[in-house]
Amino acid sequence: MALDQSFVGRSYPPTDPYEVGREKIREFAVAVGDANPAYTDPEAAKALGHPDVVAPPTFVFSITYRAAGLVISDPQLGLDYSRVVHGDQKFAYTRPVHAGDRLTVTSTIENIKSMAGNDILDIRGEVHDAAGEHVVTAWTKLVARAAGTTTAKAADATAKTSDNAAEGA
Amino acid sequence: MAAKIAYDDIEIGTELPAKAFPVTRATLVQYAGASGDFNPIHWNEKFALEVGLPDVIAHGMFTMAEAIRVVTDWAGDPGAVVEYGVRFTKPVVVPNDDKGATIEVSAKVAAKLDDKQVRVDLLAKSNDQKVLGMSRAVVRLT
Repeated sequence: MALDQSFVGRSYPPTDPYEVGREKIREFAVAVGDANPAYTDPEAAKALGHPDVVAPPTFVFSITYRAAGLVISDPQLGLDYSRVVHGDQKFAYTRPVHAGDRLTVTSTIENIKSMAGNDILDIRGEVHDAAGEHVVTAWTKLVARAAGTTTAKAADATAKTSDNAAEGA
Repeated sequence: MAAKIAYDDIEIGTELPAKAFPVTRATLVQYAGASGDFNPIHWNEKFALEVGLPDVIAHGMFTMAEAIRVVTDWAGDPGAVVEYGVRFTKPVVVPNDDKGATIEVSAKVAAKLDDKQVRVDLLAKSNDQKVLGMSRAVVRLT
């Protein structure tokens, strides 16, 4: 069943602050095999002009995706999470996330489309620090595949519908 | 921000040093823990097959994290990345063997923008298939 278009533009309340820790950044950098000292050595980060170690560019997704859970699990929206695949992801940074940040996320449904039985949901997550300053915006495109299709087929459908969308843009 | 690359030294078409990133099942388990994404399609072969995948696949966000390393290693300062976006076109299939899979990433400067920024277009492949589409980053140089 197609998602309700009237949810486009709906925003969800800001999340409780997520406190970014040096060791969590280190754990993430190690997991992606990235030895850039700006992620683990506060002095190296300061030499680049940052107040503390910075997080790799995609680190913040863990925080914004958790926040997007408010949308995904909204019973009124009725998205079937078991059918969801990740279509696109984009970030726009005012500054990098760094250790010591206390980040809140405000999620907004930017767009809802239905294509070939797939529901396509665009969620924007605005990330702000404790001072209320903008840090990064994350755009996440989720595709809930049509019932009866497999994840692999849905991934193909994602590519096709997204390409069509891009061509139409 | 203190990128080690000077805007004036860069031309459209400048290629960034390409890199290859190995990924095994152990890599995916470690990434699941670090990112908090425990979707079983990234570690449970039985589950992956049941939902129609050829095998366990890498987290799309893992591939996205690896691809931008070509840019951050080049620029030096990860804080130089102003924008970064990708489309997940094909999964990175990770077999349960000693080799796993490899993500090969190349990149080149596609446009010079205002404010000492450049747009870098990335190409990420695994097993001869393009795994990311529309993969672009905007980077502020010095």
